[in-house]
Amino acid sequence: MSVLEGKELRIIGFLCNWCSYGGADTAGVGRFTQPTDLRIIKLPCTGRINPLFVVRAFLNGADGVLVSGCHPRDCHYTAGNFYARRRLEVLRSLLPVMGIEPARFEYTWVSASEGQRWRTVVQKFTEQIHGLGPIPAFKSGTCLEACLGTAI
Amino acid sequence: MSRRYAYYPGCSGQGTSREYDSSTRAMCQELGFELIDIPDWNCCGSTPAHAVDHLLSASLVARNLAIAEDMDVEGIVTPCPSCLKNLKTSQHRMLRPEFHQEVQRVLGRAVRADLPIKSVLQVLVEDRGIGWIAQQATAPLTGLKVVPYYGCIMNRPPDVMRFDDPENPMALDNLLTAIGAEVLPFALKTDCCGASLGTTRRDVVARLSGRVLDAAAAAGADAIVTACPLCQMNLDMRQAQINKANGSSHRLPVFYYSQLIMLATGQQGERVGLDKLCVSPFSLLESLGPQAGEVRS
Amino acid sequence: MNIGVFVCHCGSNIAGTVDTVAVAKAALAYPEVVFATDTMYACSEPGQAGIIEAVQKYELDGVVVASCTPRMHEATFRRTVERAGLNRYMFEMANIREHVSWIGKDKDANTNKAAELVHIAVEKLRRNTELTAGEFTINKRVMVIGGGVAGIQAALDCADGGLEVVLVEREPSIGGKMSKLDKTFPTVDCSSCILGPRMVDIAQNPNITLYTLSEVESVDGFVGNFDVKVRRKAAYVDWTLCTGCGECAAKCPSKKTPDRFNEFIGKTTAINIPFPQAIPKKASINAAACLMLTKGKCGACVKACPAGAIQFKQEDEIVTEQVGAVIVATGYDLFDFTQYGEYGGGRYPDVITSMQYERLLSASGPTEGHIKRPSDGKEPKDIVFIQCVGSRDKSIGRPYCSGFCCMYTAKQTILTKDHLPESQSYVFYMDIRSPGKGYDEFIRRAMEEYGARYIRGRVSAIQPKNGRYLIKGVNTLMGDQVEIEADLVVLAVGAEAAKGAPQLAEKLRISYDTYGFYMEGHPKLKPVETNTAGIYLAGSCQGPKDIPSSVAQGGAAASKVLGLFSKDKLASDPQVSSVSLQRCIGCAKCQSVCPFGAIEMTQFRGMTKASVIATVCQGCGNCTSACPQGAIQLSHFTDNQILAEVHALCPY
Repeated sequence: MSVLEGKELRIIGFLCNWCSYGGADTAGVGRFTQPTDLRIIKLPCTGRINPLFVVRAFLNGADGVLVSGCHPRDCHYTAGNFYARRRLEVLRSLLPVMGIEPARFEYTWVSASEGQRWRTVVQKFTEQIHGLGPIPAFKSGTCLEACLGTAI
Repeated sequence: MSRRYAYYPGCSGQGTSREYDSSTRAMCQELGFELIDIPDWNCCGSTPAHAVDHLLSASLVARNLAIAEDMDVEGIVTPCPSCLKNLKTSQHRMLRPEFHQEVQRVLGRAVRADLPIKSVLQVLVEDRGIGWIAQQATAPLTGLKVVPYYGCIMNRPPDVMRFDDPENPMALDNLLTAIGAEVLPFALKTDCCGASLGTTRRDVVARLSGRVLDAAAAAGADAIVTACPLCQMNLDMRQAQINKANGSSHRLPVFYYSQLIMLATGQQGERVGLDKLCVSPFSLLESLGPQAGEVRS
Repeated sequence: MNIGVFVCHCGSNIAGTVDTVAVAKAALAYPEVVFATDTMYACSEPGQAGIIEAVQKYELDGVVVASCTPRMHEATFRRTVERAGLNRYMFEMANIREHVSWIGKDKDANTNKAAELVHIAVEKLRRNTELTAGEFTINKRVMVIGGGVAGIQAALDCADGGLEVVLVEREPSIGGKMSKLDKTFPTVDCSSCILGPRMVDIAQNPNITLYTLSEVESVDGFVGNFDVKVRRKAAYVDWTLCTGCGECAAKCPSKKTPDRFNEFIGKTTAINIPFPQAIPKKASINAAACLMLTKGKCGACVKACPAGAIQFKQEDEIVTEQVGAVIVATGYDLFDFTQYGEYGGGRYPDVITSMQYERLLSASGPTEGHIKRPSDGKEPKDIVFIQCVGSRDKSIGRPYCSGFCCMYTAKQTILTKDHLPESQSYVFYMDIRSPGKGYDEFIRRAMEEYGARYIRGRVSAIQPKNGRYLIKGVNTLMGDQVEIEADLVVLAVGAEAAKGAPQLAEKLRISYDTYGFYMEGHPKLKPVETNTAGIYLAGSCQGPKDIPSSVAQGGAAASKVLGLFSKDKLASDPQVSSVSLQRCIGCAKCQSVCPFGAIEMTQFRGMTKASVIATVCQGCGNCTSACPQGAIQLSHFTDNQILAEVHALCPY
């Protein structure tokens, strides 16, 4: 199964269980209409995100990847989002090296009560990805692919 | 070490507050500030412009900023708090990129709007320091009891002006203490004098400025010291009107702080412009002692 | 593995914008899915029966339910599959309501998206393993941190329930803010008359160990088994000998010591008992003010003390307490109004805080209940109260409402009239917030029976004028400026987090919000729980609260602890990390990133290996992200599972 041809792009969201997943729920409860492109993968914490998950998503054809967690200082696990921020900052600076436009990746903080904010985040990010269009295909068997395969 | 600033005199300095302009220039010269007039400067638009059209107001300001940006200076200074507020507010508004572009379109030229803009009082206090100024006071104003009157916009809104405490500013207090005057506690130091309502609603000015005069007199002050042309005009020029309206009988000289710094550094004469004050300060100054009394001649 | 998929209509909530039949059909194409159906209400009794029936009929090993958010019904369906004979962790949910049907209008796109969410749930489930919760024993003692009214209530309720309680209080006496109040709203009953007996109960209850003048130093362990170190600060008085007679204070020559209990209105002595009803009623020395401790000469109290209790050489002592649960009731502090320049920034002696005014009103206060201006001791005639000082003001970083200031201000106007019948009170307010039993009626009484003049608007300046104060403000209802001359100004200062609250939160590993208030487990459903198991909240440490709410929370927290301790053993969440000994290289990166201290380095055949303390692990997975070897994996969120989900969504 793939995204609807022509209508949607492939956007993956990695959300922490406690804040942003709840924020997305709150947006749903509030019936805040959003673009349908985003697919959410629930994680316990943004600290669980290995940056290579993001890279893997891009290599496998994701057009955009959005990470969202608890606001700094609000982490359910005290500090997971701080670790995530460091890891994802490094990732962001490396994306161009891999030939991935940094604008295809974003991380943000949305609390469980911020349904309205979640809608805005999704709308803006989806718009941004549609502005960039589909990600160019990576050739299989490239060095990057091989490196990544070893890494994860 | 001299410091170079673009000088924005403001319209009042050309008319009702010539003595503020001349004493400010003279003071800066004495204290090692090089003021270079912004060539062909224009009015900041004052209250009327920003009251009706922010774009007009900002464009009037931006033209001055643009000219100053071509000068080799470390910032723009102005003695007038009202001009300062317009300059800084417009600069602040231009932080919004759309507005900034709109102003540039109206202006027909680029303007960075990033030069520091400060009051002369601020650079005096920040660049030179109170201690240093105290050392320059060779003829300290010992015995002169004053209250400092900042007016309402020298420090406000705080996010834009970014100078001193918005409710209880101390720059003038410290400065006047440094030159030997006795500075009395003054709760109304940031109250409004009525400002430009002097032309349209004289009763309001009589009430508001009347309070300032009453409070200064009640505090036991010999004189009021201001840093604002409009405050000075309302308190000084209209003092007789206010007395009449309120049934009071104040005779409080209203100095510009720059005039007192000139006196304290032993300067006198036309540049100080004491004769321009409506409530004559001479008998007060004579009562202080021979040194200050000489200024008359 | 045989997987069954159940796609819920949720009435029309899902089926209205998602073709659930098509989703179920699509699900049949996913690997290992042997059964898929749509169902009207999966969570209903027949819905659950349908799942159980299908599990048995099709010999399912795992179940995916596509319905609402797992935050809603995950627990429900885990029980369902357990009843069907499966391991409760062989279950996954696809959230096709909050994340699909309620936010998307395009039915085709929604249906496609729902099917994809089912796909990732299937891929995750295929890699799930059966998990079993472990059990561990618990220590049925509880620590209550904070001896204000919330902490007192919690401690008494726990003790009455038969638990051993350790109550820790920072100040020399318990009682908290309530002990400083004169009267309480809306009944205007005497604060110390209702609090005093409860404080005595604390002292007399054999189940309660009381440590005052003490602070929590460190917290180790986990639910059921906490080790808490408590620093008992030096009182310079041997409390086992002190009888609370007060002779020492009578003889102390340092009579100008700032009086904390009286909010710095009035002075006290360097050695003192903070107030007559203090519990414990023991003297302590303020080291900064004591002549002996600062200058090395005096000793008047030593001569005065009939019990020989004074000990200038006393030092802080650390005691360790083992408890199974902790109730945090550390309360609040008052906003420091001096940052408001327009109210004088603290320069005017007769501009005081509401708590200072409370001490002036109190018969046990520095003026013995006579309202006197701090500047000249005169009785005020006109008194201005300003509400929302440090509340609902973004510009000073306090956008929240402190909740109780409207009420205590009304109370203070009433008490003022009682004390000084000739006086006139004025109240500047923004809005009156009085939701509570009898609260709004109380405000009206202040206005109508006691003649307090309420002015809706803010004050722009307070200026001294002829020995009085000129208060300039705006009346927003009249659209007019107002000026009032008054003798005394009382600022209704708002509540802020207690000093040191964030530091204590870090020790307890609980979350706190931007303002330093502790975060409850869920804003509606877990009001006294925290997200750290075994740690509960009571009172204003969670957010500003009045006395009834604080007491209610104290009781609620106590009942949670009693509930927790009603079992002899606790089950641990099995979704924790575990280490592959073959892969682990002993680098200890996981240990360094673990926020809970749940990883210890152990020796295995002479090699250093990481090991997870399952009962401490909270399942955040930070270790898994940090491990360079992929050796430590969080159950049900393994690298392989997440990558499988990514692959399901991005198939190239």
